[in-house]
Amino acid sequence: MALILNEEQQSLKDIAKEFLQKNAPVTHFREVRDTQNQQGYDNSLWQEMVNLGWSGILIPEEYGGFDFGMIGMGSIFEEMGKTLTPSPLFSTGVLGASLISLGGNDNQKQSLLPQIVEGNLTTALALEETNRHAPFSIATEAKKEGDNFEISGEKTFVIDGHSANLIIVASRTEGATDDASGITLFLVDPESKGVEITKTSMVDSRNAASIKFNKVIVSQSEILGEQNNGAAVLEEVLDRAQIAISAEMLGNASQAFDLTLEYLKERKQFGAVIGTFQALQHRAAEMYSELELTKSSVIAACNAVDEKSNDLKRMASLAKFKAGETNYLVTNEAVQMHGGVGVTDEYDVGLFMKRARVTEQIFGNSEYHLDRYANLSDY
Amino acid sequence: MSELQTFREETRNWLEANCPPEMRKPGDIAWGGRNAQFSHPDQELWLQRMGEKGWTCPTWPSEYGGGGLSKEENKILQEEMGAIGARSPLGSFGIWMLGPALLEFATEEQKKEHLPPIVRGEYWWCQGYSEPGSGSDLASLSTKAVADGDNYIINGQKIWTSYADKADKIFCLVRTGPQEPKHDGISFLLIDMDQPGVTTRPITLISGKSPFCETFFDDAKAPTKDLVGGLNKGWTVAKRLLEHERTMISAMGLSGGGDGSKKTKSGLAEIGKKYAGVDSDQKISDSALRRKIAMHDLNSRAFGLTMQRVGEETKVGSPSPAAAMSKYYGTEHNKLRYELMLEAMGTQAIGWEGEGFSMEELQITRDWLRTKANSIEGGTSEVQLNVISKRVLGLPDK
Repeated sequence: MALILNEEQQSLKDIAKEFLQKNAPVTHFREVRDTQNQQGYDNSLWQEMVNLGWSGILIPEEYGGFDFGMIGMGSIFEEMGKTLTPSPLFSTGVLGASLISLGGNDNQKQSLLPQIVEGNLTTALALEETNRHAPFSIATEAKKEGDNFEISGEKTFVIDGHSANLIIVASRTEGATDDASGITLFLVDPESKGVEITKTSMVDSRNAASIKFNKVIVSQSEILGEQNNGAAVLEEVLDRAQIAISAEMLGNASQAFDLTLEYLKERKQFGAVIGTFQALQHRAAEMYSELELTKSSVIAACNAVDEKSNDLKRMASLAKFKAGETNYLVTNEAVQMHGGVGVTDEYDVGLFMKRARVTEQIFGNSEYHLDRYANLSDY
Repeated sequence: MSELQTFREETRNWLEANCPPEMRKPGDIAWGGRNAQFSHPDQELWLQRMGEKGWTCPTWPSEYGGGGLSKEENKILQEEMGAIGARSPLGSFGIWMLGPALLEFATEEQKKEHLPPIVRGEYWWCQGYSEPGSGSDLASLSTKAVADGDNYIINGQKIWTSYADKADKIFCLVRTGPQEPKHDGISFLLIDMDQPGVTTRPITLISGKSPFCETFFDDAKAPTKDLVGGLNKGWTVAKRLLEHERTMISAMGLSGGGDGSKKTKSGLAEIGKKYAGVDSDQKISDSALRRKIAMHDLNSRAFGLTMQRVGEETKVGSPSPAAAMSKYYGTEHNKLRYELMLEAMGTQAIGWEGEGFSMEELQITRDWLRTKANSIEGGTSEVQLNVISKRVLGLPDK
């Protein structure tokens, strides 16, 4: 297992970094936020990302994708974490692309995956129903009505749910709310009758929605994968999603740390640069150590996807746990060490803390993954 | 057949013919020395055979008695030894610490004189760095060496000299330039321990008996030719040697395991289950303890992966700045590991000796106490944090 990038992967990372620093720095995020862009991201920027091939990184070549792997995708997310770049890459390029390529039948793959690669289709996963990640606790019901199903229920924290062209809904077709079996994934057109979407305004000024399904009719052919067997696909896709978001969190924490380091080297109090104070130096050194551990965990987890490791689940939890803990530590310290300016909107450091708290909630917080890791380790 | 394949073949045959059966079982490692003690006659034979071949120090140049092997060849040797469970033939601070420093800093004559006996395990070396008044501020050391003809006369005291009571020789930092700024008045001197001017006294630690000693010099002598790296240039040698020492110590934090493919449980979970009990789902029933163990396991894994990554980065030629954190994190993490074992074991963890406790329990207790020294010896955690903040992060001094 290699924990350093090969030449090809490094070159992708360098390109991503250069592109994002130039075209989508934090000022770009502020612009999207301050112009109250209802879509939540800039469409022309998204099309440029598509042109760079990013939406097809996890899609097999036979469907027009590039099959470049999770290490490549992770590098892009890390760089996007540093610039706070809003885009539908997570919901479409990771969630949609993986759900369809891992769960879809040939027909669905042929028709949908090339559209994702070309940037003509954005997707969202409607999964969560409560304020805590509980992927297999699904009350939203899909009742068989003749040849069709009728979906009813409420979903929350659906990332890009208000802007996606296609919503993938985890619904119950059998069993009780907490059963892992009996979950079925449906492809739902957001324009369908009975779909009620409300954009939620989050602390990070990014995208999420609550979605109500009121007897939404979908046909049998809109089932993604096997009926009642959605949990298996879901789990594999969630592993990837957790790793991608961990990579973003790593970038988020790294940038907050770098901003703080710069500030420690220039800010003067008591006639000295505050970076000379040992109380701050040691805290900085501890953050550095945690960042290094996080970096290793994230790249190892990306590797586990690419190598189809049988330890993928635990690696995904390792990445999300470490990224969560480190991002929490670093963003809090970053604000504190900036002093008064750290709590102003004018300085970027607070934006990184806000985004950190949202990413922490995406598909399981650190405590969730701690518990999952112990369960998977049989204790 | 490629040259490396030939080498593998020859190595395998040689080991098969020369590694005595007893040395293919786990057990203690010989430390050599003038008064060498062997736990089995095969141990002596094994040391002798490997020493002659230079394979106690496989990558050292053959002109100094070493094996002269390339990195690749050494890897093969280690693999082939591993395959038959061969024990390491010799352990010593001569191999791990002094030798690499001599190879880098000593004159040709010094290398020829001092390296071959290390390879053959003829002398037991110990290290004289710390003093009662010079711990973290090592460069303030005051043990004096004054030139007198062909000799230096040494007076002063060293502390934390591991195995000084068993060692034949000591590599020692001494002050030779009392008027110079503190870093520029230190020399690196090799001193024979077997002389009237040197006495040692063992130190008992909170964990009990230990290899640590105090070492006293009262008009002890050392030939001026045994000063390594130049007069008043000892600090450069000392710093390099400390790097080797820190690498040795930080490896201890890895005992939790970092192998991504195996189901490593680091033993903590078993201890938790055994002593705190399990619920109907076979989970550790003390949920707070279970949470702490999981957190520790995750950090073990992340640290193991980081050490692996540092290794890979170093191999491709860019020395990783992350290496600086390994001693700090490794030792702090290992201390926490033992605290968690104690928490799990309850009263079974606080026995000192005798009835009522298993050997393993007593060992864990002693090891717990011993880990407290890991974050002090070889540079305290606080010194390591200083190193990271200044050298890696570039935070200013003033």
